[in-house]
Amino acid sequence: MSTIDTAHSMAAPTAATWSPSIKRLAQTAALCGLGLVFISLIGMPVKLNSRALIEPILSRGYASLAWVPVMFGYVVTKQVVLEGMVAQKRGASDVAEGAIVGAGGGLLLGILGILIDNFDLRDPLLNWSPQLLEFITFGNGLGFGVMIWVVIGGLSGAAGAGLHLLPATIRRFIMVIVVAVVGISFLETAATDLLQGLRLEFVSDGIYSKTSGLTIKGSVITGAIAAVALYGSQQLQQRRLTRLSQAPPAASGFTPGAAILNSFGDARSRLKVGLGILALILLPMVLGGIMNELLANVGLFLLLALGLNIVVGLAGILDLGYVAFFAVGGYTAAVLTSPNSPWLTPELPWFVAIFIVVVVAAIVGLLIGAPVIRMRGDYLAIVTLGFGEIIRLLFLSDWLSPMFGGAQGITNIPGVQVAGLANVKGTDPRAVFYLVMAFCAFAIYVSWRLEGSRLGRAWMAIREDESVAEAMGINTVNAKLMAFVTGAILASLSGAIFAAKVGSIFPSSFEILVSVIILVIVIVGGMGRIAGVMVGAAVLIGVLGGPSQPGLLQELAEYKLLIYGALLVWMMLKRPEGLLPNVRRSRELHGDELTQDAWIKSQVAAQDEIDSDGAGSEVPS
Amino acid sequence: MIRNQKRLGVIGIALSLTLVAAACGGDDDSANVDATTAPTTQPAAEPAAEPAAEHLGDGSLGVVTVAAGEQIQIRSLEAITGDVAFLGVPNDRATILAVADYGQINGFDVTTGTSLDDLCSAEGGQAAAQTIVSDEQVVGVIGTSCSGAATAAGPLISESGGVMLSGSNTSPALTSDLIGNAGDNYNVGYYRTAHNDLFQGAAMADFVFNELGFTTAAAIHDGDPYTQGLAQAFATAFEELGGTVTAFTGVGKDDTDMVPVLTEVAAGSPEALFFPIFQPAGDFIAAQAPGIAGLENTQLLAADGLLVDGFLQIPESEGMYFSGPDVRFGENVNQSTGKTAAEVLAAYQSEYGEPPSAPFWGHSYDATTLLLDAVKAASWVEDGSLMIDRAGIRESLNSTSGYSGLIGTLSCDDFGDCGSQKITIIKHDSSADIEASKANVVFEFAP
Amino acid sequence: MLVIGLLAFVAQQINPTNPFASWVNPDANRLTGPALRDLIISGLNLGVMYGLIALGYSMVYGVLGFINFAHGEVFMVAVMSSWITSEKLFEAGLWEDFFIPSLLLTVMIAIVVSTTTAVVMERIAYRPLRGSPRLIPLITSIGVSFFLQNVAIGLFGPGAKRYPQLPEWLTARRTLLWIPGVEVEGTKILVLVVAGVSMAMLWYYVERTKTGKAMRAVAEDKEIAALMGIDVDKTIVRTFAIGGAMAGVAGILWGLLFRSVVATTGFLPGIKAFTAAVVGGVGNLGGSMAGGVSLGTAESLGPLLLLEPMGVKGPTQLKDAVAFVLLIAVLLFKPSGLFGERLSAEDRT
Repeated sequence: MSTIDTAHSMAAPTAATWSPSIKRLAQTAALCGLGLVFISLIGMPVKLNSRALIEPILSRGYASLAWVPVMFGYVVTKQVVLEGMVAQKRGASDVAEGAIVGAGGGLLLGILGILIDNFDLRDPLLNWSPQLLEFITFGNGLGFGVMIWVVIGGLSGAAGAGLHLLPATIRRFIMVIVVAVVGISFLETAATDLLQGLRLEFVSDGIYSKTSGLTIKGSVITGAIAAVALYGSQQLQQRRLTRLSQAPPAASGFTPGAAILNSFGDARSRLKVGLGILALILLPMVLGGIMNELLANVGLFLLLALGLNIVVGLAGILDLGYVAFFAVGGYTAAVLTSPNSPWLTPELPWFVAIFIVVVVAAIVGLLIGAPVIRMRGDYLAIVTLGFGEIIRLLFLSDWLSPMFGGAQGITNIPGVQVAGLANVKGTDPRAVFYLVMAFCAFAIYVSWRLEGSRLGRAWMAIREDESVAEAMGINTVNAKLMAFVTGAILASLSGAIFAAKVGSIFPSSFEILVSVIILVIVIVGGMGRIAGVMVGAAVLIGVLGGPSQPGLLQELAEYKLLIYGALLVWMMLKRPEGLLPNVRRSRELHGDELTQDAWIKSQVAAQDEIDSDGAGSEVPS
Repeated sequence: MIRNQKRLGVIGIALSLTLVAAACGGDDDSANVDATTAPTTQPAAEPAAEPAAEHLGDGSLGVVTVAAGEQIQIRSLEAITGDVAFLGVPNDRATILAVADYGQINGFDVTTGTSLDDLCSAEGGQAAAQTIVSDEQVVGVIGTSCSGAATAAGPLISESGGVMLSGSNTSPALTSDLIGNAGDNYNVGYYRTAHNDLFQGAAMADFVFNELGFTTAAAIHDGDPYTQGLAQAFATAFEELGGTVTAFTGVGKDDTDMVPVLTEVAAGSPEALFFPIFQPAGDFIAAQAPGIAGLENTQLLAADGLLVDGFLQIPESEGMYFSGPDVRFGENVNQSTGKTAAEVLAAYQSEYGEPPSAPFWGHSYDATTLLLDAVKAASWVEDGSLMIDRAGIRESLNSTSGYSGLIGTLSCDDFGDCGSQKITIIKHDSSADIEASKANVVFEFAP
Repeated sequence: MLVIGLLAFVAQQINPTNPFASWVNPDANRLTGPALRDLIISGLNLGVMYGLIALGYSMVYGVLGFINFAHGEVFMVAVMSSWITSEKLFEAGLWEDFFIPSLLLTVMIAIVVSTTTAVVMERIAYRPLRGSPRLIPLITSIGVSFFLQNVAIGLFGPGAKRYPQLPEWLTARRTLLWIPGVEVEGTKILVLVVAGVSMAMLWYYVERTKTGKAMRAVAEDKEIAALMGIDVDKTIVRTFAIGGAMAGVAGILWGLLFRSVVATTGFLPGIKAFTAAVVGGVGNLGGSMAGGVSLGTAESLGPLLLLEPMGVKGPTQLKDAVAFVLLIAVLLFKPSGLFGERLSAEDRT
């Protein structure tokens, strides 16, 4: 809720004639309080409270609340300064406003404590509990609880607002340090695992406390390293910028898109890519079981997301039943390789079966695609969703259980025999990761080549405007079908690896949820851009976790889907082009703003009134 | 942005290269040359040297050292999110309660760490087990909730020398057929306090055919491997006894309107309808069946999935029979914590604000205390550190016999079945007095 | 169409010979008259509830041109809030003693809560997205749906919640419309009646009042409507509110009929309801209701009338598949739905 609330209040375009209004302050304070109460009532603080963020001073439970007043304090004093407008002077009044908002929010949380003490609403509201009351009052009685939350809220709000007073560079440092400390603390499992693999246990022993979370020393060290890293990268950036500005003007006219294309031709970047690949090949060796398992899952979803990226990102077909092809791949592989499958037991080696899997997936893709491809976008979404469910129900049904095992699924699926090397199966996540990596590399190469091909350009043309594409002589139905089938094949490959990895396959692995999560990956990462999809898969599956795959933030597993939902909404409202946007797509989404922006810039330049600060600039660029 | 990443990448590569070079020096998984690091498993090859206190285990699976001030690590691996959370959440909570009730072992606290989620799926169980075995400090696992998850988690836990005790897996494949043949998915180090489901279907069929004297019956499952297997076992046994199965069909877990499926069933006019499924689908079947023409007089039967207070409280469940493990916990006392089942249940209610949503909380509680007893038996204090012999834990669990738990007396067989194999069938007479119904055993079945 | 065929088929079989007596299909499905009656009634019940939810989808699609995926969660919120209200009333002893006032209070609270949810949702998640490519709000609504569903889990827990018992006089079987043999539980009759009345009121509101006219104008062409002095934003909010209220009615009916709710209660009915809206023709209010009824009866009758004779084992397992096949079939052969779409100018393709 709180993220949305913020989004909303940020979205409200308060004009540059900003003035402190009591109404606005009260509203924001109420939102802040609602955010705090909401987080408390979904039980997050109490559940996370047993673990520490920074060992003796800050538990994860309190951290899950503390950010709210900080953020609201920051937001309420945010000025929307458009280009060409003079920013208001910052001062103590900002801090005071932040403090008021935070304190108001804290007060609401205190009131929640009083309510919990006096009324029993535990029947519908599970977390209306004595534990929450104790959490709110720090076990020190209600009066103390209310007071302390007003103080905490006020201080946090003031801190949030105070961020505006600092110069942008220092603000950036603070942000990076906070993110680094919180991140490193939460990623304890991964960091320990990685450091163990590198034989650097002393580092993890040094910064993490024995129970959980960073030690104070550890957080100071982490913060310092983050600050140094930021400083270093800024220096490098600076040097590069100066070099660029000295370069001949032709170079300065390049677009990021061209830069990517150029980079492949450039010998130095080719070296970098080579080194990157080498690093990826070496990576699993230094990683422990957890990280290899995790990255193998990331890879499986990356493979799926790359496929969906072709369908949704390139061709613009919203497929909500994408999981169907994942299921088809998994079941085909299982039927062909497992000695336990009730139907057809040729027990083919996996590498032979995979060719049949591809053929079957292509056929199913054609069968599903042919009728639906002509439909209007959102009808197509609901119909593909229907197909996804139909396929799962068929695999589950008693009717087809003589073929696919029904509810009992198919077990004893052997691993992947790699001639002379290894038998890749679930108990050896490192080997699985290598296998997944190989397939991902293949998929990335295919996607990359397709993107630049004639077909790829046809897809993009269809995405942007189907009728125009048709008018230009593109056979839209064929092109869309091709996208659909390509996506199906990539998903089926992922399914086949999944079957071999898990060793058994059940219909419950192929719920609608999987389709949606793959979609979220593609969208959060950046539709239509391979690197974006990779980032999306790493961030979502790696950090938050997949539908049946734990991520690094195990504590938040219960709130995973909630966060997925909130993230999806927030991304759509704030950054529909994704984390790493596709240039062309982003232009499509923000075209108006870009032109407007350019216009404003030209006007401003003409008047020669460039605001040198520009820190609060909110105009997307 | 892009350039930044590349640079970071290069630094990363350089770093990892040097480190790999360093690490590969004498790289061999078993050769723990670098002994400077803190707690890890040691190949306890010097048993003679230690004048340790008496403990179980020969050190063959390694010894875990818990340094002074640290905690003994066990893990809870249950389905705590998703559709099956109703089963996993009470198990997880009971495990946490049991750890709290148990107190210290030789002066060391026990922690379950962050509860892991098996997501009631093979892939979820596999991933979570990987997390567990990667932490060498973990001496035991309570879980999983679902048999499918155990199938994938078992090999990993077993290979690492750990133990896993489940309070709610019932699939025969995970242990044995109870006459000495290991199941397809049995792994050494696997134990469970839940019953083996081999006989539940047969017990119900026997009861329906011989005790109630019915010759026609129908079965409904919900697409879960557990319920489908149980319904299938019932149908097979019932036909073997000479009865007729008029319908064997399924519902979806999210279905609410049961009229179509019940009409399908009613077409054969069965005398008994067995639906060993879960809430909420079970509620809908119980509520809607009496209104279906042809099922007005059909006897409804269910299994342990619906043997929960939430279902027994609804008036429509009156008159039904339930098969399942003996849930007459009442005043049973857990010998390790001294708590009675009623006390644990009360503590559960006050801690979590709702009654347990599945009947296996007692099983998980007992599994946890069994594990902690085994840890106690296999551990000793040395220089202020607690040493725990992994082999000793298995040894202790294997020799469990006559242990008094919340769920009754526990004894482990050679394939990890520790719970009672007795299936009881109860008759539910009054939704106002659930405890009386739970004690109202009308039929007992033991192989 | 399939369903109309089905209904005709059933009616033909039933009416001319002996109404609901012992019509037995000699072939495979052994369906008796009472069995068919129960199937049809439960199909109708489901259908009208789908229809009520579908109205929300349909109206929003008509006005804004996107699928509000989260509308199913508005319905879930209604079921949840009516559960909380009735549960609390029951605890206070009012539910049994003053059933009708309690029920009315429950209905009011459920409708207010669901309407508020829909309006807040529009304000926060959809209004900032006006004018963006049409897939953007659709994806946003998927996020909202996930979010609300998991908020419900977080606040109320994942378990199933039971409604208190209904009085005997309501649940008893009664003869519907004095047709001999058609004895139906009172609750099911109530569902049909309430749904019919709400539908009629909505129809009156949209077709006969000034605000309804404004709504239709906005659906037809937002810009021109704005030029005509209609407050487009307000009208859109109103559309969401009415959709929410209809989902609220459906929610309370669902609660009365099935007396159980979980956090995921809204998901499947939501998808089915959108399916119903598409089957009936998006933007067409009567079509939504008709689509809902078609879908409900198809789901209810389809497996046993169609699949079982085909030799499918456990046919009712596939009832959702039947519903989706119906959707696909309708869209293939009549892409604008059974009763035709009413869409704004820019959405017609």
